[in-house]
Amino acid sequence: MQLQIKGTAAFAYTAAHEIDPSQRTVVFVHGAGLDHSWWGLQSRYFGYHGFNVLAVDLPAHGRSEGPALNSVGEMADWIKKVLDEKKIKTSSVVGHSMGSLVALEFAARYPESAEKIALIGIAYPMKVGEAFLDAARRNDTAAFDMETIWGHAPQVPFAGNPNPGMWMYGDTLARLGRLAPGVLHTDLVACNTYAGGMEAAAKLTCPVQFILGARDMMTPPRGAEDLIRKIEKSKSTRIEISGHSLMAEAPDAALDALIEFLRPA
Amino acid sequence: MAGLKYPGFDTLALHAGQSPDPTTGARAVPIYQTTSYVFRDTAHAASLFNMERAGHVYSRISNPTVAVFEERMAALEGGVGAIATASGQAALHLAIATLMDAGSHIVASAALYGGSHNLLGYTLKRFGIETTFVSPRNPEDFRKAIKPSTRLLFGETLGNPGLDVLDIPAVSAIAHEAGVPLLVDATFTTPWLMKPFELGADLLYHSATKFLGGHGIAIGGVIVDSGRFDWEKSGKFPQLTAPYAGFHNMDFEEESGTRAFLLRARREGLRDFGACMAPMTAFQILQGIETLHLRMPRHVESTRKIVGFLAGHSSVQSVMFPELESHPDYKLAKQLLPKGCGAVFSFDIKGGRDAGRKFIESLRVFSHLANVGDAKSLVIHPATTTHYRMSDEDLKKAGIGPGTVRLSIGLEDVDDLIQDLERSLAVASRVK
Repeated sequence: MQLQIKGTAAFAYTAAHEIDPSQRTVVFVHGAGLDHSWWGLQSRYFGYHGFNVLAVDLPAHGRSEGPALNSVGEMADWIKKVLDEKKIKTSSVVGHSMGSLVALEFAARYPESAEKIALIGIAYPMKVGEAFLDAARRNDTAAFDMETIWGHAPQVPFAGNPNPGMWMYGDTLARLGRLAPGVLHTDLVACNTYAGGMEAAAKLTCPVQFILGARDMMTPPRGAEDLIRKIEKSKSTRIEISGHSLMAEAPDAALDALIEFLRPA
Repeated sequence: MAGLKYPGFDTLALHAGQSPDPTTGARAVPIYQTTSYVFRDTAHAASLFNMERAGHVYSRISNPTVAVFEERMAALEGGVGAIATASGQAALHLAIATLMDAGSHIVASAALYGGSHNLLGYTLKRFGIETTFVSPRNPEDFRKAIKPSTRLLFGETLGNPGLDVLDIPAVSAIAHEAGVPLLVDATFTTPWLMKPFELGADLLYHSATKFLGGHGIAIGGVIVDSGRFDWEKSGKFPQLTAPYAGFHNMDFEEESGTRAFLLRARREGLRDFGACMAPMTAFQILQGIETLHLRMPRHVESTRKIVGFLAGHSSVQSVMFPELESHPDYKLAKQLLPKGCGAVFSFDIKGGRDAGRKFIESLRVFSHLANVGDAKSLVIHPATTTHYRMSDEDLKKAGIGPGTVRLSIGLEDVDDLIQDLERSLAVASRVK
């Protein structure tokens, strides 16, 4: 679905469905350098099971025009504008990695709009190593290598992909290779400098689900512990076989956790 | 960064795409000799059919053993994924059928395997897909042949049988300027000798029957997608970027981004054309891939010795091998194929067709048959076999003369091979 957000072209995948005002909505927010298709299986499921789906391409990602947004707060505001554009009052927001910070901040800033939030592969603070930042700043492909290797569980190169015939490393590298120069760096800086996590957590009024990969090297599960403690009534699902790319590495387990969480009471 | 390293080629050749079977602990890749897969319940079945969950439904579309082969090839080539096919020709057909409709046009190297030449030059014409053949030695010829309807540039990494080296960086740049992808047949080079994606190719395929298997016991093919060609930006491929009524109005690019080509190729191409790979074949080819990194250096080493022997032999008119300074692509080969130019090459025997026939019939270790890339050494006379449907003019364009003999150097003791060649050349030289 093509959108115009503040005069700039943007895109959200809707699983080939029009927005139905009578249905609940789920917004999917991708991580650094990625795009809506990262959610391929999961967003498609909800789109075909009674939900409005908006798997967005953040500005400068996928099919959305740039420039990239500089902070998690700006991204959260942008998500609100997407909902406003489609006249959607409330939505669940599912975020992965950088997108999970966006979901967290969105729910804190717009509690009246946030029905539920699912935080996948989250850590707070989401500190990014200087070498990673520096490589991304220089648009050095070493940054792509870091995102690819740290973004998957160590066994991924030696294990079968649940999606037959696909090579996860190659897919991540190809996606990152399509980015405009500087976009990955902007995303990483946004993650690295986001300082409102605990404050946002304190403001939450909606149900929260954590979905964490036990073998995550990018945002190890221990990095979410403070947030989990802070958000008393949150639920956590730990997927033992998965690294940071839970939607690709453990698509069924990630989907099942989301189905359970987003199912209407 | 310390510790930040991709697994090496040799490790991927043995492990990519497979971990020990979780049920039995089997270390080797199990042969899942099954047509179909039991659904957990009706909801699970529906989710698999609607691509909401990953998994296998029916072995024409995907199979766990075949998937290991596919993923391993994608890993070795650096692609986003791969699709195994019934043969190399099926892989070429699948690529074209996925990207083109009647009215589309291809610009292809004239130095192609005879079967590919037939498909492009004759068979596809019947379905409204035209091909212009150009010299692979002049990339600008590709540019000149491009029309508004052109949807693909195509060549072999090493042309068959003259070993023309395709200037992939130059040809891919021309393709990308025209908004179309470059597809290469990488059969002769294998991922051990060349990584076409690193040079600019967008799609590649192999006849897995050849060096990948290496044993000459299984026919198969595989197409690999780099995932780097932006179909949406090109604007020339509604097959991937517009809703398709034949698959629930799916827009494949919107649905899957980097995986759009493979998604349509699998979900439409394997579904409708059905040229899939059997699980036993995948298993057999995987056995070959596990030693590819050991076999290829030996193939290359023996080939170099035999090329040296033939190049200095009085009964040999010429040897076509890009590692020889006399080959027109000598410099390009040094640049693109630093590890070697493979193990298939041609030479012209003095005495023409009759001498060639006598030579082939005198060989004892070399097997006279229509294949290459076997562990066993092979020989054939292209003008009367693999390329026999080509006109004299096309044969000339492809660098094939009446006395051209093609050799595929295997893994036997190289001294035995040289002795076999020497004795047979002596017999052939007596033909008047």
